[in-house]
Amino acid sequence: MTHQDSNAADHLPERGKPGKAVDPFADPGLPAHEPRRQDIDERAAKHSERVVTMLFVLAVIAAFGFIASYVLIPKSKVVFIFPVGHVSAQNFALGGTLGIALLCIGVGAIHWARTLMSDAEYASERHPISAPPEVRRKVFTDFQQGVAESGLGRRKMMRNALLGAMTIVPLSAIVLFRDLGPLPEKKLERTAWAGGKRLINMNDNQPLRPEDIAVGSLTFAKPEGVQESDEDFQEVMAKAALMIVRIMPSDIKDKRSADWGHQGILAYSKICTHVGCPISLYEQQTHHVLCPCHQSTFDLADGGRVIFGPAGHPLPQLRIAVNGQGYLSALGDFDKPVGPGYWERSA
Amino acid sequence: MEKLSARRRHPLAALVALLIALAAAGGLYAAFAPTQQAQANPAQSLAIDQGKGLYDVGCASCHGTSGQGSHNGPSLVGVGAAAVDFQVGTGRMPAQQPGAQVPKKRPVYTQPQIDQLAAYVASLGPGPAIPNPSQYAPGDVASGGQLFRTNCAQCHNFAGAGGALSEGKFAPELRNVSPKHIYEAMLTGPQNMPSFPDTTMPEPQKRDIIAFVTHVTNPSSNPSYGGLSLGSLGPVPEGLFGWIFGLGVLVAASIWIAARTAKARK
Amino acid sequence: MSTTPSAQSASTGRPGQPKAGERLADWADGRLGIYALAKSNLRKIFPDHWSFMLGEICLYTFVIIILTGIYLTLFFTPSMNEVVYHGSYTPLTNIRMSEAYKTTLDISFDVRAGLLMRQIHHWSAIVFVAAMFVHMMRILYTGAFRRPRELNWLFGFLLLFLGQFDGFMGYSLPDDLLSGTGIRFLEGAVLSVPIVGTYLTMFIYGGQFPGMVIIPRLFTVHILLIPGIMAGLVVAHLILVFYHKHTQFAGPGRTEKNVVGMPLMPVYMAKAGGFFFVVFGALALISAIAQVNPIWAYGPYRSDQVTTDAQPDWYMGFSEGLIRIMPGWEIHFLGHTLELGVFIPLVVFILVLVAIAVYPFVESWITGAKREYHLLDRPRNAPVRTALATAWLALYMVLLLGGGNDLVATHFDLSINAITWFVRIAFFVLPVVVFIVVKRWCLGLQRRDRDKVLHGRETGVIKRLPHGEYIEVHERLPRERLYELTAHDQLEPLELPPAVDDSGVERKVKFTDKMRAKLSEAYYGESSQIPKPTAEELEESTHHH
Repeated sequence: MTHQDSNAADHLPERGKPGKAVDPFADPGLPAHEPRRQDIDERAAKHSERVVTMLFVLAVIAAFGFIASYVLIPKSKVVFIFPVGHVSAQNFALGGTLGIALLCIGVGAIHWARTLMSDAEYASERHPISAPPEVRRKVFTDFQQGVAESGLGRRKMMRNALLGAMTIVPLSAIVLFRDLGPLPEKKLERTAWAGGKRLINMNDNQPLRPEDIAVGSLTFAKPEGVQESDEDFQEVMAKAALMIVRIMPSDIKDKRSADWGHQGILAYSKICTHVGCPISLYEQQTHHVLCPCHQSTFDLADGGRVIFGPAGHPLPQLRIAVNGQGYLSALGDFDKPVGPGYWERSA
Repeated sequence: MEKLSARRRHPLAALVALLIALAAAGGLYAAFAPTQQAQANPAQSLAIDQGKGLYDVGCASCHGTSGQGSHNGPSLVGVGAAAVDFQVGTGRMPAQQPGAQVPKKRPVYTQPQIDQLAAYVASLGPGPAIPNPSQYAPGDVASGGQLFRTNCAQCHNFAGAGGALSEGKFAPELRNVSPKHIYEAMLTGPQNMPSFPDTTMPEPQKRDIIAFVTHVTNPSSNPSYGGLSLGSLGPVPEGLFGWIFGLGVLVAASIWIAARTAKARK
Repeated sequence: MSTTPSAQSASTGRPGQPKAGERLADWADGRLGIYALAKSNLRKIFPDHWSFMLGEICLYTFVIIILTGIYLTLFFTPSMNEVVYHGSYTPLTNIRMSEAYKTTLDISFDVRAGLLMRQIHHWSAIVFVAAMFVHMMRILYTGAFRRPRELNWLFGFLLLFLGQFDGFMGYSLPDDLLSGTGIRFLEGAVLSVPIVGTYLTMFIYGGQFPGMVIIPRLFTVHILLIPGIMAGLVVAHLILVFYHKHTQFAGPGRTEKNVVGMPLMPVYMAKAGGFFFVVFGALALISAIAQVNPIWAYGPYRSDQVTTDAQPDWYMGFSEGLIRIMPGWEIHFLGHTLELGVFIPLVVFILVLVAIAVYPFVESWITGAKREYHLLDRPRNAPVRTALATAWLALYMVLLLGGGNDLVATHFDLSINAITWFVRIAFFVLPVVVFIVVKRWCLGLQRRDRDKVLHGRETGVIKRLPHGEYIEVHERLPRERLYELTAHDQLEPLELPPAVDDSGVERKVKFTDKMRAKLSEAYYGESSQIPKPTAEELEESTHHH
């Protein structure tokens, strides 16, 4: 890099050098440098100097403003700034002063460069990136000499053993990653639902009765025994979250789906079968439920069938019934794994 | 191709191209703009007679002469006074034009008229009554936020800015919606919104949600601490803003930096 | 010191002694050899063009991101341990949340300037990737990726690729409801990988989603691994820019053999140095004015909650578009599931990016041109490349639109399903249409350039000829313009050798050679470029007038 570049100052000329007279398209060469006002009029130059100086001074003042804002403005103070709105006074003042300070330095430096530093253009010659043939020859000779002296070419057994060692030793590090996590086993197939577990209303933590669920309503539920303070609450709910709707039995198109519910009360997994967003944009008149992430749309009146979007299989439905005490309870776990599809999932 | 090339330079070519583009854009919009018939379910009893008078003039053409419904509007039997108060009070009813969904607009009726209409519709069959102020007095914001994110944010967005539903329907934004109307909406489930009856969403929880919605949609109680809220719509407007005002400003600065300083001669 | 030749005394120094600054420089040179480096670089020439500053925006935002990022790590705890919040943001009082979320709230509300640093960090990230994207498109449109710069193109591409992912991980760290949904998406995406998907998710999440380790793991990758690789790539990228010297547009005195501009010291030190402050200042001002990623408004992540407007930051938007428009395909066989609805978008996402990464190599293979290129192409003079680049851009943009289909729907009163269908069709149709239109446009501009060269510039002066005809006087272009408009190369399409060789034996032509000849024809054939005027043509047209 160092010897290929040559000092631009060495190559000052070229300027105004005429191209070949016969070729109308020849390069006319660099035009002669024209002075700016600042180059010939000292008053203009002085003006630029004053502007740049003022900008740098302003940067100092803004920096003091930044420190003052940090020290003086209470953290919780909210002010109304038109047209931004109600904002944190400190964030606005700190950002404003910091921004002005930095901009002043930057604009000052650039204005300096544009108006007071020489704007003469220089041409610097390029040199081919590829080395000349003699260098290439030398490199190859050196390399071959090195190979020969090492004996790499002759002592094949030793060389191959080295290659083997250099492959196997680093590869052995793969085992280090085994403990990143457990094996999948059947973990994705089961949820916290089980026969007899009551459906607990997310809103008030009370078990749900069928008469609580009105036609057209939407209720979210969790399995009995799951508490928000549980250590595994997030993992449990990531699969067990439940969405309960009630549809007029005459509107339910899928017979099996109706049977798995109770008098039109249907309990579906809240976890989208596409990539697992908690789906729940329920339209009570169409009985469609839309996913806010990728708009997979399911028809809850038709067994959770996919009617639009990228989801590949229906929303799993939980079989529910009314237990002896009159509460809604599950008759078992979901019959299919909830959420997105994966290789080991059987249909 | 040759012919097209030749005509492309015709003085009217630009005009023709513009017209074609406009027609195509209009056609595309017409094709994509949702046109399905909207449905709405409103109404209920006291000054029932005045209510009936108003009903016969303003509502009967769609909902039937005695609220039994028609192919233009659902039955109002059993929808209750709360539904009428919400639908008419937010201007959704009477509906103006068919569309995917009946939008909010300036109410046509005064509150006393709405009460009369509600009384009439309530007389058609039992349904939820208009709540009294103590029922929708704001509760706890933090707990309301948790309930809102479980039950509401999926459609109405984390800050009540609204969102899209299927086929042109949408969940409206919640700014400037009165606590009473929020309560009634949860209670009755207007249009495609599911209902959250007191049996599954008891009154204290509803009041918490009302407190949260009122808090989150009011800029003076919920400032956008960091500056412009950009509509509280998440990363999409942030990206647009970053491109236009972030990169845009910096590119403008680049143009200034690289531009030639004015020469003395010119 | 003994080697120091400078014995001239300065007015301030002692007689016979070099100045203090010089002595320091000598000291450093004696240990680091800085003079050899400075000799060629202190007055290194950089050409002036606004589009050459785009890379600087990338570099400076990268530096700003690192500076603010380091500050944020001082206060952030990357932990998923749950705590009950009792801090100063009262609307979340008594809410359970992870420590990651809680400390992000603390940074926003309790650390003075913490919110500002968060916002500068995030806005810079948004601008960083946007600037890399525009920088890449500039390189693509002007052909600056050609030999000898192909490897630097790859370095740049890797920076963009890593930048996108580091951004994704970064905004996932606060463990808020919005970004948590993104991490959940990641789980579903990884699950869709055939055969090993479930194993990968278990290893990434340390068990089932969400587990307790994903935030700390993303933290390490986000602040250490990827920035480390990126810093290395940035340095390599810059060294190569210095080594190759900057490209330039053709102009009087500007040829393939030189680079014309102003010297690093002082002009570019001031301009580039100043620009760093301008970028930092502008981002600070933006962070004072506009809010970004208000995690307190999203709420803490809960695996059973979601909010609409669930989108990633803009640079992941095109992948969001891909996944939103994909039909729900799923194949079942032998008790296995192939989740194509997720896996195909995942593959196409990679392909869209790889397509742009390998383009320089494809073009150089088709062109067969082996020399160095230092003069930039005007986009019109490479119609096929320009059309391809714009087609790719159109694809990218329509996918971005698809990624925001719900917001488009609500803000333009359209149906989300109709927009999705539009994007599905446009995904295939739009790039083709754009390719055709842009190529014709380029050819039209080439024709205009040719006209200008041959017939000169329209002066607006109307002259009446003796026989009554009115003509507009055209003025021949100055020599500078003539050079600029004709400086570009026009390649000939490659030709296959004759089908039979000299002795009449049929020659075997490899399939790849045939394909290459066809593509070369498409790039440089008669339908893809307008021949630039020759000196004779110019001569003739001058006489004609």
